[in-house]
Amino acid sequence: MLQNYTFVLILSGLALLVPVAAIVLGHFLGPRRPNPIKNQTYESGVETVGDTWVQFRAQYYLIGLIFLIFDVEVIFLFPIALAYQRLSLFGVVATITFVVILLLGLLLEWRKGALEWE
Amino acid sequence: MPGLDALPFPLPTVQQVIFILIAGMTVTGALITALAPNLFHNALGLVLAFFGVAGVYVLLEAEFLAVSQVLIYVGAIATLITFAIMLTRGMMFGRTSSTNRLMLSTAIISALFFLVLTGLLVNVAWPEIGAELAGSEQMIADLGEMFVTTYLVPFELMALLLLAALAGAILLARD
Repeated sequence: MLQNYTFVLILSGLALLVPVAAIVLGHFLGPRRPNPIKNQTYESGVETVGDTWVQFRAQYYLIGLIFLIFDVEVIFLFPIALAYQRLSLFGVVATITFVVILLLGLLLEWRKGALEWE
Repeated sequence: MPGLDALPFPLPTVQQVIFILIAGMTVTGALITALAPNLFHNALGLVLAFFGVAGVYVLLEAEFLAVSQVLIYVGAIATLITFAIMLTRGMMFGRTSSTNRLMLSTAIISALFFLVLTGLLVNVAWPEIGAELAGSEQMIADLGEMFVTTYLVPFELMALLLLAALAGAILLARD
């Protein structure tokens, strides 16, 4: 089974090597003639406004929490999807119950306006 | 290569070399998490450690756990921790320190916990599975079948637990 992961290993190595090589080669080969304009923060060619380290809105955290909970749900549904062909009707109903309980959560946050961006 | 046979210790197998690399990565990540002075670097070190643990799971042929580890810990929990840091104004501007006055007691408790874990690791007679495991897809499907038969009640209770967590998160964040 571990042989299947050889490609993951090779790709991880490449993913590490390419940026490191680009940075190291650039450091040694590139000419350095800095001036104030070149030293500015790169912001897609536009002048930057304000500080880069701004405080983020608290609502991102709530969305992140909701994402975490549904992420866990998906992880649990995945093995059931693989076993779907051999499930009894009872098993299917149990899975639907699982999803419905979590849908209640989605309904709750909808009602409470947690999905509104203000 | 005639000289290699004369070594006093056996050469590590490829798998052992990979394990050592992954373990080194995990420990590096954990050390960055604990020791780096910038809180944001702590979070990035935690991501590295999470990836290392996923690698260990892959080596143990626990594919489902490895995928869960990447999806939940790296994908969701690390994101959440990063958000929490970016949301906290005081933490973003270098005014934090990785040490405080609780350092000594924390070090002692961590060392004792490490001793307990090592003792457990050495002394517990861990069961050894001699039989060949079924294919990984088969194993995950078996797991899925068990969710809705043997472990039905914990499975549904977990849905309720997630619902409670969601309700609590909304309640806390809306106030």
